[in-house]
Order: sequence, then structure tokens, then C-alpha cells
Amino acid sequence: MTIPDTSTAVSERPAGASTAPRPFLDVRDLRVHFPTDDGLVKSVDGLSFQLEKGRTLGIVGESGSGKSVTSLGIMGLHTTGQYGRRKARISGEIWLDGTELLSAGPEHVRGLRGRRMAMIFQDPLSALHPYYTIGRQIVEAYRIHHDVDRKTARKRAVEMLDRVGIPQPDKRVDAYPHEFSGGMRQRAMIAMSLVNNPELLIADEPTTALDVTVQAQILDLVLDLQKEFGSAVIVITHDLGVVAELADDILVMYAGRCVERGPAERVFHEPRHPYTWGLLGSMPRLDREQRDRLVPVDGSPPSLINLPSGCAFNPRCPYADVPKDDVTRTIRPEPTEVGDRHWAACHLTREQRERIWTEEIAPRL
Amino acid sequence: MTAGRRGKSRRPVLRSGPLAVLTYLIRRLFAAAVMLVVIIMVVFGIFFLVPKWTGVDIAASFVGKQADPAAVEAVREKLGLSEPIHIQAWEFFKGIFAGRTYSTGGDVVHCSAPCFGYSFKSEQAVWPVLTDRFPVTLGLALGAAVLWLVFGVAAGVLSALKRGSLWDRGAMVAALAGVSLPIYFTGMLSLATFAFGLKWLDAQYVPFGRDPGGWFGGMILPWITLAFLYAAMYARITRATMMEVLGEDYIRTARAKGLPERTVIGKHAMRSTMTPILTMLGMDLGALIGGAILTESTFNLPGLGQAVLNAIRNQDLPIILGVVLITSLSVLLANLLVDVLYAVIDPRVRLA
Repeated sequence: MTIPDTSTAVSERPAGASTAPRPFLDVRDLRVHFPTDDGLVKSVDGLSFQLEKGRTLGIVGESGSGKSVTSLGIMGLHTTGQYGRRKARISGEIWLDGTELLSAGPEHVRGLRGRRMAMIFQDPLSALHPYYTIGRQIVEAYRIHHDVDRKTARKRAVEMLDRVGIPQPDKRVDAYPHEFSGGMRQRAMIAMSLVNNPELLIADEPTTALDVTVQAQILDLVLDLQKEFGSAVIVITHDLGVVAELADDILVMYAGRCVERGPAERVFHEPRHPYTWGLLGSMPRLDREQRDRLVPVDGSPPSLINLPSGCAFNPRCPYADVPKDDVTRTIRPEPTEVGDRHWAACHLTREQRERIWTEEIAPRL
Repeated sequence: MTAGRRGKSRRPVLRSGPLAVLTYLIRRLFAAAVMLVVIIMVVFGIFFLVPKWTGVDIAASFVGKQADPAAVEAVREKLGLSEPIHIQAWEFFKGIFAGRTYSTGGDVVHCSAPCFGYSFKSEQAVWPVLTDRFPVTLGLALGAAVLWLVFGVAAGVLSALKRGSLWDRGAMVAALAGVSLPIYFTGMLSLATFAFGLKWLDAQYVPFGRDPGGWFGGMILPWITLAFLYAAMYARITRATMMEVLGEDYIRTARAKGLPERTVIGKHAMRSTMTPILTMLGMDLGALIGGAILTESTFNLPGLGQAVLNAIRNQDLPIILGVVLITSLSVLLANLLVDVLYAVIDPRVRLA
């Protein structure tokens, strides 16, 4: 098992026009729009973020905020195999280790899929083919990118199953997905994703379909493997608690845009966007007094066809009237730096935010 | 069938490999044997018991409408119709496996095993009639099945992949025509055009044993006509199933692995798409082998379907009974075959 060396990845890159080396994963102004009969659905609308090898980024948001669309966009899965459906319109730039993926040919991106970037899906039962054994599916994933015979690939599959903690891997390799428990299935899925030592791993709600008792094991496993392989990891979840523990950075998405981004510690303990406050308030926590009720975020996510003008969050924001001149309803806020490597897209001034956070929000949490 | 796939049922039991397939097979074979006995009894009941209740004299109907009472009495004695019903049933059942002798006085008719009855109208045992005609029908059904599988499934897959395109619309209109147009129309039309008009093909049935080339030439039009109807149905089912399968999570996983699209479609998607098609094929082949009445009569093929049509015209009950039994048997066997193939294709079936 070769472990990619993180230190060489940066120095290998040829010196380009810009002096600062490009991050390992650099997403710039990503837009994914779906034309439908009702109008253009802007699932992702101007998203930018960077991620280095060995680091974990947590993308948080509610259903329909564009988390999964973003991950499928990076993998190039919106443009492949969309038979007869109207194709997604994707613009912006996705740089993976110096290669721009959106302008690269589909065949080139296919060669990267599964080899340099891999994905773990939410429900391992439906994400694994029911008619093929676990081993066969892992062998297939390995052999498509490695010119080895079946025996070697099978050995590798058993090795991977063992590494992700599946007991009796030499026997279980011949079992079918329905013969595994939920947690074991997700372990097998992880083994399949990691079989080619990908440098970028995207985990799309990896624990949502699992029992609570298994969730922590799976997350620990992902983190362990990241340390071992030094890959860049994106964990997508609607559960802020999940990413708070394992991510280095957190990106909070709302209606296809980033509303707050920064180091996990800062976003979790000093959030600077009202939506993040809402997420924290609606999150059950063991360290909280039991008599305190959870506070849901009022209202429901906006239609992605007709976004509210100005700040997309303004109809649900309790502080929409704090900034002057109705600015929250007319001008879309751009991300501004609110701390060290910490951005928020909100019209509230620094003073207003800090006052509301310390006086109103923090005491309730 | 998709309901089971989506369900999050968890079966921790580990039972895979050849042993599971074998136990499944034995279970299925046993069930088929039981089913066979039940079918024979039910068919017997329909032909002998139901008329008794409704007051129809079977002996009279076996002989014909203008039969003299003496002949009717003779048949009644020969068939043992005056015996109690369970004796009759046993005799009938025994006859299938051990042969049977119909006799009264000096008139002795022997019907050797497997005895499916004796036609007093055409003065012959039923079984040789069936075995004579069976190969014709089998050849028709199998040849057509190959055609409709290849063209129907291919058209369906292409339609699913080019959803909404001109090809898709054209193929689906053709499929609608295939499903709606009756065989005696398309059959006559193809005969008039290709056999009598253009004179490309012969409209004559030649037994395979006599002249394989002539047999093949004579079967082309019947095959195409029959396959047109079924290909239309198969194209529609294939298209719908393929479209559903393409939306499955495991297809997305296959792409995420970096598999080329031809593997994703040709291997991962096709495997799931073929499951319901296989079920249909089993049912359709089973029913067709019992006689494709319309096709056989349109093209004058001496198969089981034509035999049963003639028998119905002549009120020749034993022949009808024999063909009904053969049809039931072939459906039963086809189902057994499908069940076994199913277990090979879908590992989850072995547990059920």
C-alpha cells in the first residue's frame, strides 16, 4: 500500500504565472444550474473554496442547499450519463492539483474519477450493486485504473476490507451487499472508494443512513484513513455536530451559496452569520441544559428558481431589519473577512454581529 | 420488484455460494412436481367433472352431435365414464405414466404411455398428435424469441439512452403499432407483400428433417410476424426498466469509480434491466410453446395451435385436453427455468 507523500505535492507543481501555488483543490465561482420546465434551478450559484491535502473540509447546510450538487459537480457526474435529461449548466473553475476539470475532456475526468478523487455515498445499500459481490465491485474499481490480474486485485480488495475493519475479510469478500449490516456496508463502500489511494475523498452524508452507534465508528475510520493516506477530505452533512469534531474547516451553505466559511473552531464557537446561529440553536447537544428547548430556524428553504432578492436568507433572518435602508432585501451580501481565514456573507456590521452573538445567541446555546 | 430493492431490510444471515443455489433449486423442483400433479387434476376436473355438474353428457360430446345412442353407450363404457369419479381420475392419471387400454367386448383400443387420452373421432391416440406437432410450434416460438429479444431489447435500450429523441419517438410509435395490430393483419400483410407480391419468400411449411433450408425460408415470415408483436412489448418494458435503473444510486457509484459509460450501461445497468425481461420471457415462451394459434393458422403451420383450432372446430375433446395439458406443462417448465435463472442473476432471491 503506497502512501502518498503530502510534502512533494506542492513542490512538484511547475511555477506558473502566479507566484502563490494553487491549492490542491481550488473551486472558483462554481455555478451549477438545471434548466427545468418551471425555470432555471440555481442549485449552486457562485461557490468558491480551497482545500489542501491532509485537511478536512466540512460542508454544512440543509436539504437543497447545494451540498451534494457541489460534490457531484467536482466529480464531473452532472455531465456524464444524463440521458435525455436536460443537461446541467456548469460554469466556474474546479482545479484539482493544477488541472482544470470543467474544461478538461470527459474522458480525462473519467480517468481521474475513482483514482485521484473518490466518493462515499449516503446509503450504502442502494449505492452498491445488489447483484455483484462486494469483492467483485472493489476489484472492478481497482482494475479499471490498475493493469493487474484478478488475483492481485482480489488480494488488494481483501487487504482493503481488512483495513476498514471488516472481520474475516477473506470470506466476506465473496458476500453480497445484502448480506452485510448497514455499518459493514458503509465500511465496504469506504474500502472501495479508497482502493486506489485517492488524493481527494468526498463523503456525502456518510453516516446519515446508519445507526447512531455506528456513525462515530465510521467517522473515526474516515479520519484514521485520512491520516494514513494524507488525502484531502470533504465531508458533506446537515449535522453541524458531525463536522465540528472532524473538520479543519467548515463551509456553511445556504441556497447554493456560501454564507460562512472558516476554521472549524471559529465557525463553531464564534459563528458570524445568523444562519449559522440558527443551525447551532437547532442542534441537540449533550452539554446543554435539558430544559432548554431546541430553536428551529423559522420558515423553509427558498425556491432555487426564484431566490429572494438581496440576501437569500432575509425572509427567515430575525435580524433582517437591523441593517439600514432595507439593504438586506436589495443587495446580495458578498463574503467579507470577519476574522483570520474566516468569512461571512452578511450585511450586519462587525459591531452588530458581535453584540447579537454575545448578548442574544451565545447565552442561549 | 423494485419495492424489494429499495427496502432497507437487513438480513445478517450469510448464505451464499453454490450450496444456497442448490437448496433453492431442490425447493423449486419439488414445488414444480407438486404443481404438475395439481395441474393434471385440475385439467381433468375441467373436462370430466364440470360437465357432470352442468348436466352435459361427455360421452355424447366425445362422439359428436348426431351420434346414435349405441355409439354413445360404447364410448361411455370405453372411457369408464360410468365409474365413480375418483376411479376415473386415477385411471386418467395412471394412463399418463403407465398407458391405458380402452376396451369393451371385442373392441380393444390400446393407448400406450404417456397416454393423454384417445380421440375416438379421429381414431388416434392424443400423444402422437402432440409429438408430431410440437416441433413445429417449438421452432416457431424459439426462432421468434431470438428475434424479439435481440431487436426488442436493443430498441428499448437505445430509446432509454436517447430519451425524447427522434429515434425514441419513432421506436415507441412502432412499438405501439406492434402491440395494437393483430397478428392476422400483420401476418396477412407480410404474406401478401413478401410471399405473393414480391415473391421473395415461400409461404410453404417444410419440415426441418426434410429440407432445413426450405424450413428456414418458410419460417422467416412467421418468425418476423410473431416477433414484431413481442418485440414491441419487450421494447417498451426494456425502455421503462432501463430508465428506472439508470436513476439508481449504484449506477452513479459505477460512474464515480471511473468506469467508462459502455461498462456502466452494458454491464451494471443491463444486469438489472434483464431481470424483469427474463420473467416475461419465461411466461411468454411457456405460453407460446403451447401453440401460437393465430400465427400458425395465418401461415398454415401444422403446430399445436392449429391442432387445437381444428379440434375445437370438430369438438374433439381429447385433443383439446392434450394441448391444454401440454400448454400448462410448458408454462410450468418455463417458470421453473426462470426461477433458476433468477437465482443465478439475483443473489437476493436465493434467500426468499
